[in-house]
This record gives sequence, C-alpha cells and structure tokens, in this order.
Amino acid sequence: MLARGTGIMQAGVGPEVARLQLSRPKARLRLINATVSRGGALLLGTLPFAAVAIAYLFASAQRLAVNPSDKLLPSPAQMWSAFFDLATVPDKRSGDLILWADTYASLVRLFAGVGMATLGALCLGVAIGFIPRVRAFLLPFATVVCVIPPLALLPILFIALGLGETAKITLIAIGVAPVMVRDIANRVMELPPELIAKAQTLGGNSWTMVLRLVLPQVMPRLITCVRLALGPAWLFLIAAEAIASTEGLGYRIFLVRRYLSMDVILPYVAWITLLAVTTDWLLVRLSHIISPWAHPVQNR
Amino acid sequence: MSRIVVHGLEKSYGDARVLERVNITAEPGEFLSLVGASGCGKSTFLRILLGQEQQSGGVVVVGDQPIVPEPTPQRGIVFQRYSVFPHLTALQNLLLVEDFRSGGPFGRVFGARRRSARQEAETMLERVGLAHARHLYPASLSGGMQQRLAIAQTLLGRPQILLLDEPFGALDPGIRVEMHELLTELWTEHGMTVVMVTHDIGEAFKLGTRVLVFDKVRHDPQFPSAYGATITYDLKLDRKSRASARDVAEVAAMVGTTRLDSAIATTAS
Ligand SMILES: Nc1ncnc2c1ncn2[C@@H]1O[C@H](COP(=O)(O)OP(=O)(O)OP(=O)(O)O)[C@@H](O)[C@H]1O
Ligand SMILES: [Mg+2]
Repeated sequence: MLARGTGIMQAGVGPEVARLQLSRPKARLRLINATVSRGGALLLGTLPFAAVAIAYLFASAQRLAVNPSDKLLPSPAQMWSAFFDLATVPDKRSGDLILWADTYASLVRLFAGVGMATLGALCLGVAIGFIPRVRAFLLPFATVVCVIPPLALLPILFIALGLGETAKITLIAIGVAPVMVRDIANRVMELPPELIAKAQTLGGNSWTMVLRLVLPQVMPRLITCVRLALGPAWLFLIAAEAIASTEGLGYRIFLVRRYLSMDVILPYVAWITLLAVTTDWLLVRLSHIISPWAHPVQNR
Repeated sequence: MSRIVVHGLEKSYGDARVLERVNITAEPGEFLSLVGASGCGKSTFLRILLGQEQQSGGVVVVGDQPIVPEPTPQRGIVFQRYSVFPHLTALQNLLLVEDFRSGGPFGRVFGARRRSARQEAETMLERVGLAHARHLYPASLSGGMQQRLAIAQTLLGRPQILLLDEPFGALDPGIRVEMHELLTELWTEHGMTVVMVTHDIGEAFKLGTRVLVFDKVRHDPQFPSAYGATITYDLKLDRKSRASARDVAEVAAMVGTTRLDSAIATTAS
C-alpha cells in the first residue's frame, strides 16, 4: 500500500492519483460496513411509512369507489372530520370535548400506574440488589410474581377494588412493576465490587452509598425500564378501559367498535401512537439531562 | 501510622487453596512491593487486607486491632480498573471524599464546609496535573489520567494504609515513570504504609522499600490446587544503595519474567 503510494509520488503522476481516488467508492464493502448517509437514512426510514400510507389510500379509494358508504376503510377526509369533531365539538350529553376528556383520563391512569410502579420498583430493586438480607427475603418472591400474567389478575382486581380508577391504576402498576424490580435489582448487583469497596474506603455507609453511588448509577437503567414498561402499560390501560370505564382512549375505541366506526378508531390509534412516541422521546431527553455521563457521544 | 501484622494467613475457595502460611510484619511507613506469578493470589491477599474478602484462617492486625471485616477509611485502595466513579466529574469525584466523610445522612456537605472541600479538591487536582480536566467525566479521561484521579481521591481520604493493585498495569512506559514520581512524592509527603502489587519487577524494586515474592513451595501433581502460595522471598532494600542487579535477576527468575533486561534497566534509572 505504502510502497505503491510512494511509487506514484516519485513518478509525479498527478492525474493518476486523481483517477485512483475517483475509483475508490466503487470498492464493494461488506454489508455490515456499508454505512448510510444522513439523507439516505431519512429516505430509507420514510419508505415503510409511505408504503403503508399509499397501500391504505389505494385500498380505501377502491372500496369507496365500489360502495361510497363503506365503513371499513374510510378516506383521510372522513377520518379527519370525525377526529376534528371529537376534538372541537362538545358532546351533546356531557358537554365535554371527547378527545381531550379521553386523553386526560387515560394519561392520568397511565402515569399514575407507571409512576407508582417506578417508585416502588426503584425502592425495592435497590434494596434487593444492595442489601443481602433483603435479597434473601424478597428475590424468590419477586421472581415468582414476575411470571403471573397480570391480565389474569384483572377480574380479581375488579372484584376486590371495584370498577373505579383504583383497579385500573393498580392493574397497570402491578403489570409493569415486577419486571422493573428485577431489572433494577440486577443492575445494582452488576455494579463493580471495586466501586462499592472504594466508596466504603472513603467512608460511605449503606445509606449514603445508596444516595451517592447506587441511585445515580441506576438512573439511566431506570429510565430505560420506564420506556420499555410503557408498552405493556398501554396494553393494560386499554384492556382495563375496554372492560369497565366511562371515558378514556381505550374505552372510546371499544365503544365505537359496535358501530364499525373505523373513522374514529383509526385516528385514535394514531393519536395513541403519537402520545406514546412523544413520551418515549421525553424520557430519552430526561435521561440525557439527569445522567449526562451515560450518554457520552450525544453529550459532545 | 500503623503497623501491619499478618500471621498464619490462609485462604481457600472451596477445595482450591490460594494462600497459606503467609506471615508479614510491616512497619509504619514501609513501601511493600508484592510480585508473583499470575494467579498466585496477590489480588486475593490485597482484598483480604482491604476487608473486601475474609481469610479462611490466620489473623490480620493493623495498629493493635484485628481488621474489621469490611472496607473502612483506615485502608485506601487503587485498583487497576473501576477505580473512580463514572457518574461524577473529576472534581466531583474528589469532593465525594468529604461528602462521604462528613456529609451526614445526605452524603453531601454544604456551605463553608463545601467551599473548603472544594479548595482542597482543586489543590489536589492541581497536584496531580488534572486541573484542566476538572469538569470531565472519567469516560473522557485517558487511562493515566483516570489512575491519577484515583490516587488523588484515595489520598484525600487520608488512609493509614494505601493498597495498590497493579495501579499502573494499563499505562504506557512514559506515563508510568511520571506516575512513579507522583506516587513517591505523595508517599514521602503523607508517610502512609503502602502495599503495592505489580507485575513489573523493575517497578517493584524502584518504588518499594521491601520486595516480597508470592510463590508455591509445595506441589501436588495430582491436585495442583491442593497447596497455596506463600511468601518465598522477602528483601528489605537499603534506601541509598537500592537493589543490586543480582537481586533483581533472582526475583525475576522466581516470578518467571521474560523481561529481565527492562527490569534491570528500570531499577538502574
Ligand atoms: N471469588 C473467587 N472464587 C474462586 N476462586 C477465586 C476467586 N477469586 C480468585 N480466585 C482464584 O484465586 C487465585 C488467585 O487469584 P488472584 O486474582 O488473587 O491472583 P493474582 O495473583 O492477583 O493474579 P494476577 O497477577 O493475574 O492478577 C486464582 O487461581 C483464582 O482463580
Ligand atoms: Mg491480580
């Protein structure tokens, strides 16, 4: 390589070098090494969305051409007008703006459930991971609780706690908490023993080490846990609302299902997706703010 | 400063015996260099001195008390890796020492205490040449800078005994020499007892006032882990004349190092 380069230099063949440089991009890289430019990535990333949208528009237009009152695949205009009405026209019976009332009710349940689960999982996970006696006491129990399917508990919750908010929030909390407890406990147990020994040589006691070493170290993982837990949390929320509720995004979808109102269901699904994506993005930002050390590249 | 007495120390993991019949008496202010083949139990010995692990038999006395079986501020440690807290900047790493020592239930000092702690931390950063990196996280420091930070942090804890487990093992030769000078300076200044494990025979002779070799004296060909390592060589070095090339060669042969020339060269320098 080097020898050839110097050979060219010695011969003083300028255009030769230019030609060689031009021919460089033709080299065939392995698939795993062929990187994508920013614009290329944007284009590739947009393709699946565009494909789904075009397929839908095409199918919808075809069905509506055959039968204009077809309800299965409404046109974008129909969906927009239904969604717009729900967002801006007060309901005749209650006087609420249905979309916002549903969103508020659902988000309160979601965040209350996930929030309680997070707080509980943090306390329990740190205790289990850091304190051998607590670990011996609670780890087997947490491991067993983890494998109970939460939806199977739903009837029990409704019987025990009634059909109100408590049962729904509890379902979400106990649905996502056990996995978080185990994950946090694992993260704490993975802390290098060297760091824990070092903290003790500097005079840390069990409590101050939790404050200054364990909590900051598990924070990034906790936020990742919450991001992963939000998926199941939405599932439990919609399931609980479908069964017993008078408002909420899940309730609305299952209510209008009876009238085959795809023009409401589809925008609601899109709206839920938007809320979920936004929450996820906010959590990533939060992680960058709380634990800049855990995101060295983006931190530049 | 305290004297260390190790008597009849034994350590086994299950059936495998790692250390046996280890006896050492170290006077206050001594600098012990520990060398030995890989896997012979040097780190294990250091972890026992630290209190991170417990011996299977024998006693370890520091001052006039057997050591508490957990790490305490009496003994400071610098490991080869994981020696500083990755979630704190260089300055915060040093402030943490005062925070832990007298921060109470919050693990944090406030007000005038914090200002004086900061002053002390800044002085120490200056001392180890990290003042320009005070706001960087360890992930963006080089290996040598991280070890300097680790040593600074440990020394701020003012331990009576400083334990070092291959502290310079991952550094390149130029940085090593700088670190040797720094360590010697700080040791002369603070006067604590140092126990340093190293694979570098030259480093052992250059820094230590005493060189100890860990090795197995008894072998069972059927069951190699039946016997553990003990101290097979214990040489006190005269501060002025230091080691002779013959001593270095002898120790190098015991440890089985192939880099004898570089070892002698380091010692001579
Ligand atoms: N927790 C443990 N459980 C079982 N065996 C262990 C444990 N820790 C160490 N050992 C064994 O003890 C022996 C000594 O290990 P140690 O790490 O003390 O060696 P070392 O002298 O520091 O080696 P090196 O020079 O490579 O760092 C090794 O054979 C190792 O396998
Ligand atoms: Mg070791």
